[in-house]
Amino acid sequence: MSLHFIEFELNGRQIEGTAEARRTLLDFLRGDAGCTGPHAGCEHGVCGACTVLVDGQAVRSCLMLAVQANGKKVETVEGLASGPDELHPVQQLFREEFALQCGFCTPGFLMTLVALDRAEPRPDAAEMREALSGHLCRCTGYQGVLRVVDRLAEDRK
Amino acid sequence: MNEHPVATGARFIGKRIQRKEDRRLLTGRGTYIDDVVVAGMLHAAFVRSNVARGQILRIDTTRARELAGVFAVYTAADLDRVACRPGNPVFDMPGCPPPDNGLLARTDARFVGDPVAIILATTRAIAEDAAALVEVDYRAEAPVIGIAAAKTMPPIHPHVTSNLVNAMDSGPDDEIDAIFATAAHVVEDTIRNCRQAHMPMETRGMVAVPDGTGELTIHAACQSPHLSALHIATAFNLNQQQVRIVGKDVGGGFGLKMSPQRDDLAVIAAAMLAGRPVKWIEDRLENLIAAGQSREDQMHVRLAFDSDHLLIAADVDYDCDFGAYPYAMQSSASLVTPMFPGPYRVPRYRWKAAGWYTNASGIVPYRGPWMMEMFARETMMDVAARQMGVDPIELRRKNIIGKPDQPFQTAAGFVLTDISPRETMDMTVAAIDVPAFRREQAQAREQGRYLGLGLANGIEPTTVSFGYFASDVAHVRIEANGRVTAMTTTFSQGHGTATSLAQVIAERLGVPFEDVTVVEGDSSRTGFGSGAGGSRQAVAGGGAAIKASDLLREKIERIAAYAYNASPDTVRIDNGVITIDGAPEVRSSVAEIAQMAYVAPDRLPPDMEMGLESQYRYRPPPMVMANATHACICEVDVETGKVSILRWVAGGDCGELINPSIVEGQIAGGVVQGIGGVLFEHLRYDEDGQPLAVTLKDYLLPTGLDVPRIEYRHMCTPSSTPGGFKGVGEGGAMISPPTLVNAIADALAPFGKRWLDMPLSPDRIVCGLDG
Repeated sequence: MSLHFIEFELNGRQIEGTAEARRTLLDFLRGDAGCTGPHAGCEHGVCGACTVLVDGQAVRSCLMLAVQANGKKVETVEGLASGPDELHPVQQLFREEFALQCGFCTPGFLMTLVALDRAEPRPDAAEMREALSGHLCRCTGYQGVLRVVDRLAEDRK
Repeated sequence: MNEHPVATGARFIGKRIQRKEDRRLLTGRGTYIDDVVVAGMLHAAFVRSNVARGQILRIDTTRARELAGVFAVYTAADLDRVACRPGNPVFDMPGCPPPDNGLLARTDARFVGDPVAIILATTRAIAEDAAALVEVDYRAEAPVIGIAAAKTMPPIHPHVTSNLVNAMDSGPDDEIDAIFATAAHVVEDTIRNCRQAHMPMETRGMVAVPDGTGELTIHAACQSPHLSALHIATAFNLNQQQVRIVGKDVGGGFGLKMSPQRDDLAVIAAAMLAGRPVKWIEDRLENLIAAGQSREDQMHVRLAFDSDHLLIAADVDYDCDFGAYPYAMQSSASLVTPMFPGPYRVPRYRWKAAGWYTNASGIVPYRGPWMMEMFARETMMDVAARQMGVDPIELRRKNIIGKPDQPFQTAAGFVLTDISPRETMDMTVAAIDVPAFRREQAQAREQGRYLGLGLANGIEPTTVSFGYFASDVAHVRIEANGRVTAMTTTFSQGHGTATSLAQVIAERLGVPFEDVTVVEGDSSRTGFGSGAGGSRQAVAGGGAAIKASDLLREKIERIAAYAYNASPDTVRIDNGVITIDGAPEVRSSVAEIAQMAYVAPDRLPPDMEMGLESQYRYRPPPMVMANATHACICEVDVETGKVSILRWVAGGDCGELINPSIVEGQIAGGVVQGIGGVLFEHLRYDEDGQPLAVTLKDYLLPTGLDVPRIEYRHMCTPSSTPGGFKGVGEGGAMISPPTLVNAIADALAPFGKRWLDMPLSPDRIVCGLDG
């Protein structure tokens, strides 16, 4: 199995390491880079729990190889808040709206919503809900997440 | 009504307080099972059977063993060196012979996914590579798939005489036949549910760490550290204290993680044989085909009504497909039929129930495992209303019991008390303007649009307290700095128990919510208790927390009274501050009292022991009932079969709510799981016993686009437990299927078809309309 040297920016810091060609970005982030926020829910790109931002785009890190991240800018849920005792505004909305229960799927929802929140032109609530249909949650029935989307859309008016 | 005196002015119970768990979970700092790393650990992967039934002729592990990085490849014969009794001490049912084929398939495979060998390797990737190199030859045999096949085909387990696992009935009753023979109306049909998956977003998994002294530490994605420790200790003939189960964050359970299963025990046995820590993380394929499944059951129902549409008799026949290696079979078999009368007067009732082994993944209790009682009864009430030409809400109103009727003994022997079926139904119906909807429905039909209204009533038996579920314990300690630590036997897989119990404890002690930390998830830290299962944590955990907190408050009051020369009943504790009625100069604090308790024995009343801690083992009543009425409005596209849910009203009475947002979260999660079960979710097997749903592209879950905005209505009839609490964990998942099916059937009523075979997925609706 061939080993490859890779380096990329992870949550604002430059990191480097070696990875087998077949190693997924998800496994590299979790196993090598110490970022256990992205989760393996299905490992076939459906559930969305592994979602991270690569150059600002929400991607399924279980479907991307670690070597493909070489030279790119990767953001995970660990990098959202401005400090250890802070919450990103979207994280804060999740907390206020009880949008999580077990929390396993939550990092993926957050990353997709943060990407949408930054997007120009800004998507409306319906577009955000459409995007979130690529994320599965088994605990909440999505009720809190839908309220978060309402508030994000409201904030933009 | 119960009175629940509140110790202090600060109320935390009933408030929508933000969860203590959220900060770490939102920032990626949760600790789920795959986040646990132990030095020197190996990674496990299973070789699983690809035939549903067949003799194992040969297993060749040579090539797998030769792969670099492989530590060991174990088959059944290897694991037999670790004596293990895989029976389930918590859930095995008397008279119900447990399957006996070892932790790995020893002689024959009995379902697709049956574990045949386990690989230990330095990485998961290598373990999976090695699994692919293990060669297994089977002599495939015709599998038993489905209940009908189970009744006629040879037993799937060689040591039993038939596929019948257990059968129960209510005994002979000749008179009921006469009632049916002369009844003004008899309604009869069979409702069939379909096999579904619990599908927690985190699959099963563990890190098993054997140490040199025969002790085991197991990091587990489980629902109950103690029940898992008990089960594992019993299986491996250890003292329970030799098995420490540790869990932090668990990504959902829904029943799937109540008990270790054969593959969990195989991982532990492999770790013991290897003498190394072993991590096993189930992948989604394994989860879909081998973790355990649920809901493959059916009920034949006959209802007899008199000429006034009063129910006069019910006669039901229930069958459940248990698969090959089920556990907690009694939870489905033994509550389905007794709960069938539900909130209605059913003067005469006869029932039969049977469970069957088949060559499918074993049945494992899934959120409301006995939901067929509600599903069958409530869908058949609508079938009856249509057949008799009466309004389904009026039919229910005629037969339902209300608060003035209680205590009420059902035909199955349960005594209903402290519930409000009629009142909750009225509350839910009031939230929907039914006459206006009927007008809208009629207009829509003229335009070729099909709207429907569905409603269902249910009673949720919560905190069923028997056997190992009979009690829970809370140990509450005020530290020397005044902070409160509570060690409880609750365990969250998303339930937010660390928040809810902190609300209860803070209120009862009179301390700030922020000062209370709830510690759970370590079987070595607390006394025995049952964790999550059976919607019990609010009542059992909350009851223990209240009792332990009250003992502690009494001690604080006695210390303060002695220190300030007052009577204990004049001591007030609020927000951690202590004052004395009639002594405005005194202003102490819980922290100061704690200081006295730990370091100043001279300031304590004579004969009082030092320290500031209490423990209470609470035994809840045998069962605490909650009730609900849900209603939904949907539109069915008769061209595509797509069902759109336009409104959902969730009316419920689960007593005093500790945290309404957490309660509503439990209701919503259950409702949407039930919606999924009706519209999308189906673990189908083909005639060869091959599972057809093996990815999340085959097994569809509801997404945020498929769900209604749930409108909650709360009725509060407190239970007779210390906080007036009731359980709420499972009712949503039980009541939403009949609610939705009734709405679909109402929408499609003009077509005159039956809609009792699940799932009602778009293709099946279109076929049903055409057929």
